[in-house]
Amino acid sequence: MKRVLVACGNGIATSTVVASKIKEYAENERINIKTEQCKLMEVPGKGDDYDLVVTTGQFGGQVKTPVVGGLSLLTGVGKEETLKEILSYLK
Amino acid sequence: MDLDLSKSLVFIDLDLNTKEEVLLFLSEELCKRDLVKAEYQQAILEREKVYPTGLPSPGVNIAIPHADNNLVNETSIAIGILKKPVLFNSMENTETELGVQMVIMLAIKEPHGQIEMLQKVVTIIQNEELTNRIVNTSNKSGVLEMLEPYLYQKQE
Repeated sequence: MKRVLVACGNGIATSTVVASKIKEYAENERINIKTEQCKLMEVPGKGDDYDLVVTTGQFGGQVKTPVVGGLSLLTGVGKEETLKEILSYLK
Repeated sequence: MDLDLSKSLVFIDLDLNTKEEVLLFLSEELCKRDLVKAEYQQAILEREKVYPTGLPSPGVNIAIPHADNNLVNETSIAIGILKKPVLFNSMENTETELGVQMVIMLAIKEPHGQIEMLQKVVTIIQNEELTNRIVNTSNKSGVLEMLEPYLYQKQE
């Protein structure tokens, strides 16, 4: 099962919404995933243990895991493209 | 958890000039009602500097300032509709400034909680037609009427 780390400023608010949107989308595509949330500042320490990192805020750090910006899942602008990009890492 | 959209927490026609003024105004209103602790105000200001919350939205740009959950007494939101756009920095690209005209301040008590409430807020953000109508309505009851179906959950 692929594991996705979803990060926002404090790991509580926007990451909760984005994680649920990713889970919902993956379920529809019949892909089994696990999401976990954290603070943006925890990403450099944790990110490498996951298959994908999705962030709502600006992330300037370095991780080996691919990082996708997930803000469009909140605003709806460019949502489809973001979901497709996320999916490409989860197959 | 149900969120009761208390009428006193929607403010329209706010004539404010900076994001700091907006953040202080809304957090003060939450504070007055004891929905958040006194430290919440400072935390909101600090957090906005480090992790800005402006969202480039399809209709009206919206900001969703929030702070640490341990400073919240009761899950609540304070919505401010601004008379004119006020500059907030973008969540996605902190260098970018956005003219924001609707601010939804979130006070969330439980970590990873309030998913339903957050999703409702997201539904509002994504509804271009709704947010345009809200900022162009000059009476509070009209704004409440528009928001109610999105935010208010009937008690069981």
